[in-house]
Amino acid sequence: MPPAGSTIAGSVDALFYLILYISIFFFVIVVGAALIFTLKYRRKGEAEAQSQVDKNTALEIIWTVFPIVIVVVLFILGFTVYMKMNVVPKDALEIKVTAQRWLWTFDYPGGSNSVNELVVPAGKPIKLLMSSTDVIHSFFVPDFRVKMDVLPNRYSTAWFDAPNPGEHNILCAEYCGKGHSEMMGKVRVVSEREYAEWLQKEAGPPEGMSLEELGERLYTSRRCVTCHSIDGSANVGPTFLGVFGHKVTLKDGQQAMADENYIRESILHPEAKVVAGFEPVMPTYQGLVNDREIDALIAFIKSRGDQRKQP
Amino acid sequence: MNTIPERNFLNYPKGLKSWLLTLDHKRIGVMYLVGISFAFLLGGIFAMLIRLELLHPGRDIMGPQAYNQIFTLHGAIMIFLFIIPGIPVALGNIVLPLMLGAKDVAFPRLNLTSWYIYVFGAILAIVAIFTGSVDTGWTFYTPYSTTTGGAVVLMTLAIFILGFSSIFTGLNFVVTIHKLRAPGLKWFKLPLFVWSLYATAIIQILATPILGITLVLLALERILGIGIFDPAMGGDPVLFQHFFWFYSHPAVYIMILPGMGVISELIPVFSHKRIFGYRAIAYSSFGIAFISFLVWGHHMFVSGQSPFASMIFSFLTFMVAIPSGVKVFNWTSTMYKGSISLETPMLYALSFLFLFTIGGLTGLFLGTLATDIHLTDTYFVVAHFHYVMMGGTVMAFFGALHYWWPKIWGRMYNEFWSRISTALVFLGFNVTFLTQFVLGAKGMPRRYYSYLDQYQPLHFYSTVGSWVLALGLVIMAIYLVHAIFKGKPAGDNPWGALTLEWTTTSPPPPENFAQPPVVTHGPYDFDTVKVKPTFAR
Repeated sequence: MPPAGSTIAGSVDALFYLILYISIFFFVIVVGAALIFTLKYRRKGEAEAQSQVDKNTALEIIWTVFPIVIVVVLFILGFTVYMKMNVVPKDALEIKVTAQRWLWTFDYPGGSNSVNELVVPAGKPIKLLMSSTDVIHSFFVPDFRVKMDVLPNRYSTAWFDAPNPGEHNILCAEYCGKGHSEMMGKVRVVSEREYAEWLQKEAGPPEGMSLEELGERLYTSRRCVTCHSIDGSANVGPTFLGVFGHKVTLKDGQQAMADENYIRESILHPEAKVVAGFEPVMPTYQGLVNDREIDALIAFIKSRGDQRKQP
Repeated sequence: MNTIPERNFLNYPKGLKSWLLTLDHKRIGVMYLVGISFAFLLGGIFAMLIRLELLHPGRDIMGPQAYNQIFTLHGAIMIFLFIIPGIPVALGNIVLPLMLGAKDVAFPRLNLTSWYIYVFGAILAIVAIFTGSVDTGWTFYTPYSTTTGGAVVLMTLAIFILGFSSIFTGLNFVVTIHKLRAPGLKWFKLPLFVWSLYATAIIQILATPILGITLVLLALERILGIGIFDPAMGGDPVLFQHFFWFYSHPAVYIMILPGMGVISELIPVFSHKRIFGYRAIAYSSFGIAFISFLVWGHHMFVSGQSPFASMIFSFLTFMVAIPSGVKVFNWTSTMYKGSISLETPMLYALSFLFLFTIGGLTGLFLGTLATDIHLTDTYFVVAHFHYVMMGGTVMAFFGALHYWWPKIWGRMYNEFWSRISTALVFLGFNVTFLTQFVLGAKGMPRRYYSYLDQYQPLHFYSTVGSWVLALGLVIMAIYLVHAIFKGKPAGDNPWGALTLEWTTTSPPPPENFAQPPVVTHGPYDFDTVKVKPTFAR
């Protein structure tokens, strides 16, 4: 099992290992017996079977009842832990999760939001209220042992309590198309104080920032950084280094000038002009960034575009 | 010295037309065998491509769109064209009337019709692959399946048509078993393979129509937008999951029950001993068939269904484990103090026992609510159903193939190569799929085109395992085909078994038996009836 990152993980793991030991026990009995019988009663020449017993009621009852008792115990244990996983503590902090192909958006109390990065205070129960804007997704954090489908027509909930600061992967566990395996995010568990600061600084209102500064912040907070590097290395998507003001070759062989309009289009309609060598897996940011934020991102990419000219 | 009978069902009457219009269950079975082998080859090639792509994170040989289509096709072909028809239509068709001492199935024309429907459905499915392809996964979950491009309607139509083939075969078998048993063949003297085919047929008849209707609704939703699964029109996408699993869970028992039936034949024959707990094994098939209709919700513990429903489904799921456990214990006990010979069919039976036990026990992790939350939709599930389906059904299918091959063709395959191949298949299978349990427990979700670096070593082992497995299967194909033409004549009863199919010639004549057989002993009366195997090795 992966490292335990939530309060519930311990009970789930204990149950997992209990079932594992029970399974090993039965496996050894069945396969061990089959193996011993095979070696011991291997046919030699024309030898007939030593016994033709074909029933034993006591044995039949034992191997029916004994497993029933075991599975009923497993059922009860499984259900007890499951109820703990289902009942959200009353004092939980509620965060809205929106899934779309192929990214996660998190809305925090107080109006700030983030993309593909869920920042939560450590040691506080977090309730996730989740819905999808398109197909079914599934919110999965292996380290927390939490998984819940995210549906387009109703809200589903999940909760966790991560006691220690750290980073954990968020994965999508319900098949949702081309970008399914890229639909990844991170949960960043931080101290209460850092959480408050983060809300204020990273996700707070962009007062007194230049467009370029805002763009730089959006580059991380909107998780452009997951797919687009700024150091020239190719990732899932093309790098931002030295793009602006240059011609790019598209998938269909045509060339396009990477200007303001091209970048705006690529943010809102990523599938329209895909750069050669890359898969069209970028989700649309329509509705996730406002006009000023698009201007800011363009300004940021522009600033990176000039850098190639420098020595 | 054994000889091949001059007049047998393979060479009389002659000509392609006599095959295509045949009403002989054995010929129809052979034609099915060709069909499902082709499907298995195609599905297997897709499986190899999947494993190759997963060798490294990111792109190896194809893009994500192609990958999604290929895993969909692997699943859809393996399930609907290979494993659901699988043992019953190919080996069941050939062996069932012989086991009953009958001349044919009850409705020979219906039998041929089923074959043509199967071929028609298969061709449609292949046309769907080449015209537009499908990227929905074999589960066709809405709303993804109603909004994505590709030939989804054509594919669902193909599966809808295949369903009729399945229903017709099921009906045919039920009537055959009721009406065409040889004199003296009472219900509790039936070979257990027949019992398992009977239980399977009942599920086929009752469950398949549900899949048909579900797929019709899906097609209507796509073509006309009726909105039954569309949230924008007040529909419910989760309803599709309920419909789908209401068929597809019983369907996994359509897949595994015939395999269990095969194992119930192989173990007593190669242990030379009466089967332990005949009635318990026969009844447990029906226990499984009945409960299998009531556990579909265990596929949906994280789908948003109510925790109360999940609780009940979890409980019933544990209950369906019991009859399977009873069978496993009975098979093992049959070997106790037997006289066990390790010919290839028995090696496959032992592989089945090994792999199916792992497959069954890992089901406990998934039936337990708390652990299922973490494990569902990960590679743990992928590994679990491959252990049950491939480690169970397919191993039983291979065992059955090697067991009845000399009966069908009258010739024995090369024992040396068959052992090599069995070892490779067993080893390759475990390397491929045991690693996937670990991957899943570590949180690797299924249907991922790419993955985090931490999963790379295990994916690497899994892919290497798939090559070993493939090598074993290629060797098997070569020596089995070779045996058809060049194998040594096997004689009527190469294994010294007691069921009726071994009392006629190999291959049997078109009318199966020279005289209608009369049954005087049970199928596993190895204590009272002595039969000498006709093939010495």
